[in-house]
Amino acid sequence: MTIDATDRRIIAATAGGLPLVPRPYAEVAGWIGLTEEEVLARVATLQVAGVIRRVALAPNHYALGMTANGMSVWDVEDAVVDEIGPKIGALDFVSHCYRRPRALPVWPYNLFAMLHGRTKSEVEAKRAKVAALLGPACRGSDILYSTRILKKTGMHLSGEG
Amino acid sequence: MKRAALPPDALDAADRAILNRLQDPLPITAQPFAEPATALGTTETELIDRIARLREIGAITRFGPFYDAEAMGGAFCLCAMEVPEARFDEVVTLVNALPEVAHNYERGHRLNMWFVLACERPEGIARAAARIERETGLQVLCFPKEKEFFIGFRVTA
Repeated sequence: MTIDATDRRIIAATAGGLPLVPRPYAEVAGWIGLTEEEVLARVATLQVAGVIRRVALAPNHYALGMTANGMSVWDVEDAVVDEIGPKIGALDFVSHCYRRPRALPVWPYNLFAMLHGRTKSEVEAKRAKVAALLGPACRGSDILYSTRILKKTGMHLSGEG
Repeated sequence: MKRAALPPDALDAADRAILNRLQDPLPITAQPFAEPATALGTTETELIDRIARLREIGAITRFGPFYDAEAMGGAFCLCAMEVPEARFDEVVTLVNALPEVAHNYERGHRLNMWFVLACERPEGIARAAARIERETGLQVLCFPKEKEFFIGFRVTA
């Protein structure tokens, strides 16, 4: 969809979250000079178009004890990767799941799944679950743990269309 | 964002029920808290107060729309490099200096530096990767997302 200037004002106003009041969209509307109905209609359209994935609470998984994570990577047969991928993504301990290109010979893996757990051994147990789901379609795998965060910033998008 | 676990007594049963219920999408209605409040057997005001407190103590990072940055016109790419140990700190400085580098992690692998490039336009990705190669003399491997699989991630509180 094409996002117009009004959509961008709504996105900018809600990028940090919705105000915690009974009528949050009315409050957002007040900030940017729209009506509550306009904001609701546009938010609904943005959701249908996939620009908004959902309106929900984002848990801090670290605070809730999920402090271990590993980037698991898999070399899955091209013919079946798109069929199996959704099953891996749907697991409740997988936070990101993508098909990406290989970079042979250094990097034979085409399926990436970020695994989360309370401990590293829990993450390893989850890795085994993924391996079992993939079965013989998977020819090799690895898991990369982060040893240091070198940089972490938010995404900066300009307000211009 | 706090990266340490909260003490076990930081949350009561009502907090945990809220955390578990509100990871599911809320309806887009004028009063989005009304329906979950009823489902949780509480009031709208009590629910809102508790969400505010969960945010204060760092149990949640935010409440609101989850935007797909790519759908808004941004371009992203995961990249990796094999950086010799002796040059690691120098290369970190060079890579992190680019505003396009959003996240950068050291990982335990031969490819030991993994970062995400975030650009306003797709052509910015190749440009930023080429600049890093020029400035570091090292190869940048690009792993663009070819397909995203549905994410069912949930944290049970």
